[in-house]
Amino acid sequence: MRQIAGLISLLVLVVFIVSGVLLIHPFGHPDASAMDDYIIENAQQETGSNNVVAAVLFDYRGLDTLGEATILFTAVTGVLLLLRSLKRKGESS
Amino acid sequence: MDYIPLDFPFLAAALLVGISFYIIIFKKNLTKLIMGVAMLASGVNLFLVALGYRAGANAPIYTDVPEGPMVMSIPQALTLTSIVINVAVLALMLTMVIHIYRHTGTLDSEKSRKMKG
Amino acid sequence: MLSKIVRTAANQLIVFIAVFGLYVIAHGHITPGGGFQGGAIIVSGVVMLLVAFSSHEIKKGLRERVLSVVESSGALVFIILAFAGIGTVFFYNLLLGTPLFGGIPATGPGPGNIWTGGIIPLMNFAVGLKVIAGLSAVVLALALFSSGEEVEE
Repeated sequence: MRQIAGLISLLVLVVFIVSGVLLIHPFGHPDASAMDDYIIENAQQETGSNNVVAAVLFDYRGLDTLGEATILFTAVTGVLLLLRSLKRKGESS
Repeated sequence: MDYIPLDFPFLAAALLVGISFYIIIFKKNLTKLIMGVAMLASGVNLFLVALGYRAGANAPIYTDVPEGPMVMSIPQALTLTSIVINVAVLALMLTMVIHIYRHTGTLDSEKSRKMKG
Repeated sequence: MLSKIVRTAANQLIVFIAVFGLYVIAHGHITPGGGFQGGAIIVSGVVMLLVAFSSHEIKKGLRERVLSVVESSGALVFIILAFAGIGTVFFYNLLLGTPLFGGIPATGPGPGNIWTGGIIPLMNFAVGLKVIAGLSAVVLALALFSSGEEVEE
């Protein structure tokens, strides 16, 4: 029973993914994007850095980097918390 | 469709995602499930970077770059964020597998389903 | 703890790995790289030290309190830099005309100058500190947990 349900869901997902891959733009010729052209043209004067990806990460989209730093902090706190309660039984940390 | 495009990076990303779906649905060992999730993350990152490629263009950095158009730069920034988040989530998943092994003594996802004590 | 040859080689190699990682962090606005990539390079050097020496030796050098303070200060510097230009907008690049980091490069391809970029190099350092302290704390905790099991039982 579980095998049949798993097989049907796998088939549906594979058909969805392959049809999605075949219907998007051909590789190497994306559609024109006005936001990306604006960023590549004006990133040097407005932010003062030669690296456009660093300017996007820290200036145009700095809020996403703030969220990512929060996720990193939460994951590190979670790992150190989970590995502490089993350590205190034997060692005197 | 009059022609089937053979774009190898997109097909490779679809293959990675398809194999990881098979692992997550059909395998029972917890370590194999974690490997399936990591493979899913790799497939999605490859797909994101391959979406923004322009044929014959250079990297989006202005230091000593030759003349010509530049590759789209926003998918590369999003992939960087995605890689860091996947590392953090994988570390948390591995710690939880250690705890499950301590409490139930087995790495089988069917047998460690009952909650006791 | 591995043999003496491996320990001596690890002692010599960690200097070059640390310098290369700091180079990648510091030149994040000129060349490919930045805070996250340089932090990952230095953490791989720490993992090499953890394999060459046992985790009990490394625990005496990297105390947990110091790592926690360094990671929190990295996050705080990032948030303070984001709030510093709140008069105009959140995340405003306010160091752009000042002599601290405030040059503007010539338009188009050309050699990069390190004294450009505004608050981007400072944010790279803050994020690099955060990644180094956080990921080496996670790796050290996992290594101590997996080797201290004989002491427990």
